[in-house]
Amino acid sequence: MSRAGSAAPTVPLWRRPRVRSLLWQVLLCLAVAALAWFAIVNVTENLARAKIASGFGFWNVTAGFDISQTLIAYSAQASTYGRAFWVGLLNTLLVAGLGIVLATALGFTVGIARLSQNYLVAKLAGWFVELIRNIPLLLQLLFWYNAVLKALPDIRGSIAVPGGGFLNNRGLFLPDPQVTAGGPVLAALLGGLAAAVAFGLVRERLGALGRGAPRVVVTLLLIVTPPLVAALVAGSTVSFTVPEMGRFNIRGGLEVLPEFVALLLGLSIYTAAFIAEAVRAGLMAVPKGQTEAAHALGLRRGATLRLVIVPQAMRVIVPPLTNQYLNLTKNSSLAVAIGYPDLVQIFTGTVLNNTGQAIEVVVITMAVYLTISLATSALMNGYNAWITPTER
Amino acid sequence: MTDLAMPAHKSVAFVRTTPAPRVPRPPLPGGPLHWVRTNLFPTPFNGLLTLLVVLLFVWTVPPLVRFLFIDAVWMGTSRDACLPSAANPDPGACWAFVRTWFSFFIYGPYPMAERWRVDVFFALLAFGTAWLLWLDAPRRGLGAAFFFLVLPVVSFVLLSGFPAIGLPTVDTASWGGLLVTLVVASVGIVVSLPAGILLALGRRSTMPAVRLFSIGFIELVRGVPLITVLFMASVMLPLFVPPAWSPDKLLRALVGIAIFASAYMAEVVRAGLQSIPKGQYEAANALGLGYWRTLGLVVLPQALRVTIPNIVNNTIALFKDTTLVFFVGIFDFLRTIEIARVDPNWATPVTSTTGYAFAAIFYFVACHFMSRYATGIERRLAAGDRR
Repeated sequence: MSRAGSAAPTVPLWRRPRVRSLLWQVLLCLAVAALAWFAIVNVTENLARAKIASGFGFWNVTAGFDISQTLIAYSAQASTYGRAFWVGLLNTLLVAGLGIVLATALGFTVGIARLSQNYLVAKLAGWFVELIRNIPLLLQLLFWYNAVLKALPDIRGSIAVPGGGFLNNRGLFLPDPQVTAGGPVLAALLGGLAAAVAFGLVRERLGALGRGAPRVVVTLLLIVTPPLVAALVAGSTVSFTVPEMGRFNIRGGLEVLPEFVALLLGLSIYTAAFIAEAVRAGLMAVPKGQTEAAHALGLRRGATLRLVIVPQAMRVIVPPLTNQYLNLTKNSSLAVAIGYPDLVQIFTGTVLNNTGQAIEVVVITMAVYLTISLATSALMNGYNAWITPTER
Repeated sequence: MTDLAMPAHKSVAFVRTTPAPRVPRPPLPGGPLHWVRTNLFPTPFNGLLTLLVVLLFVWTVPPLVRFLFIDAVWMGTSRDACLPSAANPDPGACWAFVRTWFSFFIYGPYPMAERWRVDVFFALLAFGTAWLLWLDAPRRGLGAAFFFLVLPVVSFVLLSGFPAIGLPTVDTASWGGLLVTLVVASVGIVVSLPAGILLALGRRSTMPAVRLFSIGFIELVRGVPLITVLFMASVMLPLFVPPAWSPDKLLRALVGIAIFASAYMAEVVRAGLQSIPKGQYEAANALGLGYWRTLGLVVLPQALRVTIPNIVNNTIALFKDTTLVFFVGIFDFLRTIEIARVDPNWATPVTSTTGYAFAAIFYFVACHFMSRYATGIERRLAAGDRR
């Protein structure tokens, strides 16, 4: 019993919090390291036994397989696995990008409809959300693909689409616009889009001071005028290659794969149901007094929604919305089920089977999704900070 | 003051001394007509919407009812029953097909003689789930022990067999259907809840190495699609272990699902932990409780209780995600339907749609009741705040 006044009580070394915490952390690190070492040893042995190459040498090897939808030039004989990777990534981004646009539009509509004063509309929206959310996405994709699109008439019974297109169980064939001297036009379009975004951002700040320009008109002008001017200056012309019905296939035109349509439909509808819930929660988070105050000021329902409710609801909506966008992007990997050539189908499917290099292929694929996830999170967090009204 | 003091007879004011007769209250607007006016036709635009929705109903509901019930074929032994005939020129859902394949959807290729074992497993699982979900059940601690410790062991012995006690071994390759769906989902829950709690605690830990490891694991797994995690488990896991230990297909998928579910569960639990005020920790510390006792006696009982609805919602997501084991060659419920629907004996134009309709009804009913339960618990937990 050492009760000698000024001397600090001696605590055994192993009872001191800092020592304990250090001990636990060292143990954890050792355990992780041991696990990693065990895995690496086994991998080396297993690969040597199975005579599987390692490293990223396969990236420049000729692929030798065809891909049904390519946004960039690709051929089985001349292109490499690396090229196939980019084709797959672009296909994933295409379906995810379009899906996000469609899902947002449908989701906001349904979310607002759920709070409609119209009994039938609100009920219908509620049923839609309940039904879609409770059925696995994979089942919905299989349904759209196998039961709806594959049940369309075959090539001979093609349904004619107004404007010179065809719809059958091999896809949707549309006239393909061919633009000569398209480079400057595209550049002008991108420039116009950038200008429109910049205008939107600037106006947001100026608008707060009450000096706004008519937003819609200026934005439209900024987007439409530059490409038109560029087209006139560069003398480009637009012509359409119309798909032609052959005996066994359809030649020319723009071909939209049924796999693509099924995936886009399934992803958009499924995600829209979740977005609708986020939108509803966000709208309901705005206190009722805000609506009443807006009505008292003489604003109509539409104006109230647009000017008072939605801006405040957006800060509640954006974080779950971001999550849904990421979910949609990740869920696009279910393309494997219906054979749409996305990143997973091409890379972890065909390339993995051809090369047998499981670790490299899976790691690359995971890294891509992880990058997309982290980048989107960062972007949307920035957007959320931007739209959050400054509070005094 | 002076006015009131004036004698009544000299005033021009009239002061009533008897109460006015009661007037019945004006009739409130009511009745079905008023309801229709305020809820269906409040504005011209809304009236138009109402008409559009009614039109949509008229256009979709009767064909759907015809397909599912009126024109549906209930009896039959082969595709002939579901092909257009004179009696039924436009046949609806081919339920006869589902009846024929029903036991395959439930058990997969599990040996016929041993299927009672699967039934016992279903019963045990239902019992354990009910014990866990019924908040007023007696001895819920025992229920948790049953679900998280006893059930996994008993189920494993029961399903995969134990020759020493007279249960012949059944290879996991012949498990299938609903059995596999439930096995995958319940393994996901049984592993992910404890693992998720540990990861969530790790993420809030003051030890940098533990925190970093937890955050890394959670964000890595949540940042990639489940399908890549499953591929990783199915093609990389066998490389990570000596060939003698190489796990079978089902086990690989289970590992993938468990990893994935744990990361998501960790975030759900973390939200619950964050809802516990700091004062609770401080009070526990003041009482002299250490870290684990603070957690076990004070924090977790409160945190998990408010998290139940989210845990159930997470379970719904997991239940739907079990369909993805499809991609690593496991015969789950959806996969058995995919197999059955291309059976040449039942090749009719309506077979696929019937199969999908059956699967959709199954998943919808299961998920719907889980979400109803979660909503009920949420209401019950909020009851305290409503006082």
